[in-house]
Amino acid sequence: MKLHQLSVFSENKPGHMIAPCRLLARDGIDIRALALADTERFGILRMIVSDWQRAKTLLEQGGSVVRVTEVLAVEVPDRPGGLADVLEAFVGTAVNIEYMYAFPFVRGEKAVLIFRFDQPDAALARLQERGFAVLSSGALEEK
Amino acid sequence: MTAVTVPTSRAPFQSESAPDYLPPEILRELQLARLRGIVERAWSAVPLHRSRMKERGIEPAGLRALDDIAALPFTTKIDLRDTYPFGLFASPMQEIVRLHASSGTTGKPIVVAYTQQDVDVWTSVMVRSFAMCGLHAGDIVQNAYGYGLFTGGLGAHYGAEGLGATVIPISGGNTDRQIMVMRDFGVTAICCTPSYFLHLVDRAVQLGVDLRELPLRAGVFGAEPWTGSMRRHIEAAAGIRAFDIYGLSEITGPGVAVECPQQDGLHIFEDHFYPEIVDPETGRVLPDGEEGELVLTTLSKQAMPMIRYRTRDITALMPGTCPCGRSLRRMRRIGRRSDDMLIVRGVNVFPSQVEAALLEVEGTLPHYQIILTSERGLDQIEVQVEVTPETFSDQIGVLERLNQRISDTLEQVLGIRAQVTLVEPLTIQRSEGKARRVIDRRNVQP
Repeated sequence: MKLHQLSVFSENKPGHMIAPCRLLARDGIDIRALALADTERFGILRMIVSDWQRAKTLLEQGGSVVRVTEVLAVEVPDRPGGLADVLEAFVGTAVNIEYMYAFPFVRGEKAVLIFRFDQPDAALARLQERGFAVLSSGALEEK
Repeated sequence: MTAVTVPTSRAPFQSESAPDYLPPEILRELQLARLRGIVERAWSAVPLHRSRMKERGIEPAGLRALDDIAALPFTTKIDLRDTYPFGLFASPMQEIVRLHASSGTTGKPIVVAYTQQDVDVWTSVMVRSFAMCGLHAGDIVQNAYGYGLFTGGLGAHYGAEGLGATVIPISGGNTDRQIMVMRDFGVTAICCTPSYFLHLVDRAVQLGVDLRELPLRAGVFGAEPWTGSMRRHIEAAAGIRAFDIYGLSEITGPGVAVECPQQDGLHIFEDHFYPEIVDPETGRVLPDGEEGELVLTTLSKQAMPMIRYRTRDITALMPGTCPCGRSLRRMRRIGRRSDDMLIVRGVNVFPSQVEAALLEVEGTLPHYQIILTSERGLDQIEVQVEVTPETFSDQIGVLERLNQRISDTLEQVLGIRAQVTLVEPLTIQRSEGKARRVIDRRNVQP
């Protein structure tokens, strides 16, 4: 149930995000979810793609440093409180969220939350125990 | 503003300056006598000097003429590093009254020592330096060289006091206060690095202070190379005469050579420092007029005699006599160096120091580049470091801490703060042979 997220280092300068995106596009790889964490001088491009292994190889051949991180994708109703419900599931546990991002899902009234937990396995167990819909890699990674 | 009496620029003769005018044959005799004394001292008190001379089959008694110096072995910065901290001292610590230090080729500094007599000689050459620039008793001297282990601050301080001038020991930094003091105290002369003075000039404009209207009339600038165009700019913008002073801690500090009002070459205080110009590749001595590496021998230093020290500074000894009447030979202003040492805000910086810092933080050496720029006359140093698969993290905080660790380690090693920028892989240019480690955009030309 854990997804492979690719993280790419990028300098915070105009035009620096184009190259990796164009590289993936040329090979028909779809970016399913994406977030940019940035500081004044550099940024980290985090993305879930349709074929992470191929994408990693392509990006590395293109000269990028790529890190693969395991994240969890949780599908929630796209309504007020959707995120709060998930967060509350971890109150009183030792699990921490390192970062997260969200995007509305194309199919209907759902949103997908991508979480990077410090303890992915414990987090996954907790989410399943509380009945949240944790998406399989198939739902996001492949076409 | 209080009224200030502007001292006349006509300097009275300074008795310390008498050796500036020694007849050449007397000067050569004095040099030979002192050279024999210093070589004898180095031989008897410093194992490194003795073993080097023995290797060449040389004994101090064999020195019969000044030209015989060419047979003596060179001393280099590496020797200072290898004998860190006190290995080249020729006096017991009880006789040493002062230690200074400057950055070396690795993390360890180079330590230099002075007996009371050495401090007195240093003071006397600084008095002569200021006198040569037209300073005299009654001048109010703002000493904006850094005070501390760096020789600039204390060297200029003692020299200006010895001259009978009033010294303001303001040290470097705090530019607005420098300008306030310069105006309110009626400063007539200033010492600092030329780049810092340029910054002062620019800041004064911003503050609405016209330096040309102040009593300030002379600047004695050193510790880094500067160009003729920089001098013209400084002189016009501040309404002063700007003099170039040369020195290095290994020899004594500032006061090895300085310009006279002709501003055509720097007179070397040859009664204390014996200059040679050598081919940087072969070490062969070159005749006057030819460009090469400046090699200096201290003729009177007690605590740390230096025999044929390779300065790495490229210059030439100028043939002919100076219209000022001094018999001291002149060297051309230093435009460049024969090694990779950089001078940033008066501080020596070696690319190898940057490598050592990066290795310490990252464990392996990433691709890096040092970029030097000048912002309002003040040197800026940036170190760009390529992110590697090993150092790259998915978390911003981890990368920021990496950036901080590199920055802190560099500051410890270099003694100055550098801007560290993490850059994408393969963005730093690779060339066929040696990587281009340094991009100097400060426009300092010989």
